[in-house]
Amino acid sequence: MSEEHLKTTLKALKDRFGLRESELMKDPPTLVCEPGKIVEVSQVLRDEFAFNFLCELTAVDYWPEEEPRYNLVYGYYSHAQNVRMALRVPLNGDDPSIHTIEGVYKGANWHEREVWDMFGIKFEGHSDLRRILMPYDWEGHPLRKDYPLGYEEPQFTFNFDEIDKRKHHGRYEEA
Amino acid sequence: MDEPLEVNYKELQHLVSERALKGETVLLNMGPQHPSTHGVLRLLLELDGEVIVNCVPDIGFLHTGIEKNMEAKRWELAEVMTDRTDYLNNTGNNLAYCLAIEKLTDLDVPPRAQAVRVILVELERISNHLVWLGTHALDLAAMSLFLYCFRERESILDIKELCSGQRMMTTYFRPGGLWRDIPEEFEIAVRRFLRMMPERIKEYEALLTKNPIWMDRTRNIGKISAENAINMSLTGPVLRGSGVAYDVRKAQPYSGYEQYDFIIPTGTHGDVYDRYLVRMEEMRQSLRIVQQALDRLPYGPFRSNNRKYVPPPRAELGTSMEAVIHHFKLWTEGFNVPKGAVYQPVESPKGELGYYLESNGGNQPYRVHMRTPSFIHLQALPLLCKGHLVSDLVGIIGSVDIVLGDCDR
Repeated sequence: MSEEHLKTTLKALKDRFGLRESELMKDPPTLVCEPGKIVEVSQVLRDEFAFNFLCELTAVDYWPEEEPRYNLVYGYYSHAQNVRMALRVPLNGDDPSIHTIEGVYKGANWHEREVWDMFGIKFEGHSDLRRILMPYDWEGHPLRKDYPLGYEEPQFTFNFDEIDKRKHHGRYEEA
Repeated sequence: MDEPLEVNYKELQHLVSERALKGETVLLNMGPQHPSTHGVLRLLLELDGEVIVNCVPDIGFLHTGIEKNMEAKRWELAEVMTDRTDYLNNTGNNLAYCLAIEKLTDLDVPPRAQAVRVILVELERISNHLVWLGTHALDLAAMSLFLYCFRERESILDIKELCSGQRMMTTYFRPGGLWRDIPEEFEIAVRRFLRMMPERIKEYEALLTKNPIWMDRTRNIGKISAENAINMSLTGPVLRGSGVAYDVRKAQPYSGYEQYDFIIPTGTHGDVYDRYLVRMEEMRQSLRIVQQALDRLPYGPFRSNNRKYVPPPRAELGTSMEAVIHHFKLWTEGFNVPKGAVYQPVESPKGELGYYLESNGGNQPYRVHMRTPSFIHLQALPLLCKGHLVSDLVGIIGSVDIVLGDCDR
């Protein structure tokens, strides 16, 4: 029953929106969707195919690849049919933005804030797009691949001031 | 001095009502050091008298960048970090991570390892619920229960120590099975616990379930309908308290959960009291599962024989050159996971815990994302507490069962 439902859903989405299957995702079955269609596809998934539950929303950064630099991953689950599926949405690197699906799944709110915080992907129409895990005055988006993992630069006499300027406390002292 | 104030108002404008900006309602900061927020959770409350008009959760105080750190560690070393996310459910986190790797690599897990995993995860569920019950009751002023719950939790921690040598951060499950076989005393210890626990749960219930103060404090508080709960992506006891029988163990069984006989308790009203009842019944069901798994505990290997991912037994190193090579390879560069991505959900005590793992074919994860129940449940907090008193908020926070390490990662 549920397997059949999954098959008809995938087929319908492929026919109607021209989606193709993702080769990367091993489980659950995944389609690749264009960024412009995500709200429409989510709406159809929820209303017509009973995928009433958004279980996962995250992003992956493929830097230094520029096109598409990011992939967003949306995971859906249907309580009635007991099946899972996912969508992958490729996004280009330069000023990435996508429309929010908060209107379809309310639970997407914090997921999207987290993706904005960690990857700097903007969600248009989001009701409250603030940083969520990092401090509100943080610079940069930590989970991007071009963001260094950490490690403090050693300050020697010849480059002490230069590194000191880049450090966080420098800004507070001025104010 | 004017500037910071202006910034704050701008930040608040769309979060609180007009009345707060005019001064008709009071803005109160609760946390991050408040004892009843279960860790470092900060809530900005807008109060009309003692009634909550608005609640804005502020999280991230415990953010340690675990996802980023895992990307810089090898697959088997990164597992150690999963323990530290939800520190009341260590084995559950290990299980989700290992299952995801096993799915990516098509690694087999012997039946004995699966059964031991189920036993430990279910014991962990009881232990998590005991901490929840103790602190929840403590928040609502039932002091003595806290001490009883931690007494019983201690015996579960002892069992974990017996297996892995660690009380909390076990990392006992490894991709392909377990770190080592369970000791002989394991069965005795678990059976002793199984004999003792049902009576103890009865004692807890005698203290709380029909207690008029407890019922006054919890009934019709923090209600959420099934429809809203699903739309807010809630899972676990919070969703089951609203009457939706969704449990990953039943819906999409893993680790052989389909062999065990247990029921999913559900509530009807979706209030704090129903969530309490659901969790109490879940403890009993977990005991049932442990009993069945222990009775049928199969003999055999405790980890897979696939030497590309699982180290060879120590005894073989003296005789087999091949074993030495595998051992050396695994301990110096780890194993490579084929390119691919997977989303693996498990039922943690708090709800659906999902691991999204992506590999680019190397010996380190390319991306790890944890869909943690505490994070998702906290965003429903404003919905749950609107219109209630501040004293009820404490009960509501307790009833959604959050761990901030799980939430902030």
